[in-house]
Amino acid sequence: MAAAEQASSQKTATTWHGIVLQTLKRNEIKLVPYVPDRVLTTLIKDLHADPYFTTFPTAREEEAVGIISGAWMAGMRGAVLMQTSGFATLANVLASLAVPYQIPLIMFVSERGTLGEFNYGQALVCRTMRPVLDSLAMEHHTITRLDELEFIADRSIKQAVTTQAPVALILSPLLTGGKTFDK
Amino acid sequence: MTSTPARNTKVMNRFDLTQRLVSKLKDEAVIGGIGNTNFDLWAAGHRPENFYMLGSMGLAFPIALGVALAQPKRRVFALEGDGSLLMQLGCLSTIATLAPKNLTMVVMDNGIYQITGSQPTPAAGHTDIVQVAIASGLANSSWAADEDDFERLIEQSTQTAGPTLIGVRIDDKPGTGTTRRDPVQIRERFMHGMGVRQLL
Repeated sequence: MAAAEQASSQKTATTWHGIVLQTLKRNEIKLVPYVPDRVLTTLIKDLHADPYFTTFPTAREEEAVGIISGAWMAGMRGAVLMQTSGFATLANVLASLAVPYQIPLIMFVSERGTLGEFNYGQALVCRTMRPVLDSLAMEHHTITRLDELEFIADRSIKQAVTTQAPVALILSPLLTGGKTFDK
Repeated sequence: MTSTPARNTKVMNRFDLTQRLVSKLKDEAVIGGIGNTNFDLWAAGHRPENFYMLGSMGLAFPIALGVALAQPKRRVFALEGDGSLLMQLGCLSTIATLAPKNLTMVVMDNGIYQITGSQPTPAAGHTDIVQVAIASGLANSSWAADEDDFERLIEQSTQTAGPTLIGVRIDDKPGTGTTRRDPVQIRERFMHGMGVRQLL
């Protein structure tokens, strides 16, 4: 292994976004549409920089869910990146596409609205997320620790694919640092 | 700019146009949007390469984009209603940016939400959907003047090095059939049609 590559892989092994990227790659998830979030900036940048991935922004989160669903049915795996408030726009598409058609929709949700939130609207919308997931009996995990990230993400992706069921992986501010108030 | 302004286009019939499209197909994928659009696709003759939406209004084009990205050698057609597309206009920009060469989009425009009681859409009489598509970056967008023109545009789209959008003005008739509402079977058969799965 070249020195530069080794340094790069050490970096990816020690940051949450590096672990997410490597876990996606190991599970052959190539298609990653997203609606951006500040916390996801480095992950999105690194996905764009890696030719393995086809990654691009969409106008709405449900649009990304549609794209991933079509790609899955045609043989290409994908995952969607979004923020909490973006997840809040998804109840209809989860209930009428991902769940009933049994599509292994893999979602990474950067969690806003808790642990230092400064915008009341974000705090409120965050409280709608888990009740929606629970109401559809959807698998979801809140990832808070770097040492648990790879296990949870890797196992959850494999479970989604083998059980043909969607999963939401919620990236807690405890993991990512979140977004804090600065003038 | 489109060479065929909307006001000069013939008012056609969704089922007739769908039959004309399906009769030309071999192994192409077809994504049928929610409601009458996929009812008429079903009625035109079920084939495993068809995907029928039973919800998720507005996602026919995004789902078709996903199929087109996953299988760049297969032609993908997407049939969507005007009311549905209005829910997801942003997808036109995404498709213009990714510019898949194998995607043909058809907008069935009757200006109404036929299935819910024929209420006019907010766009009816004021918004030109083909112009919206062109302004979104989809240069190969045009209204079909009549049935022959529709068939010509469909054929032309398969030779074009970029995505195509075809607007068709249609009447207010309801769908001809009713899709069997079994989402798992629809998905499984579609995956078989796409060569991804063998049927059990």
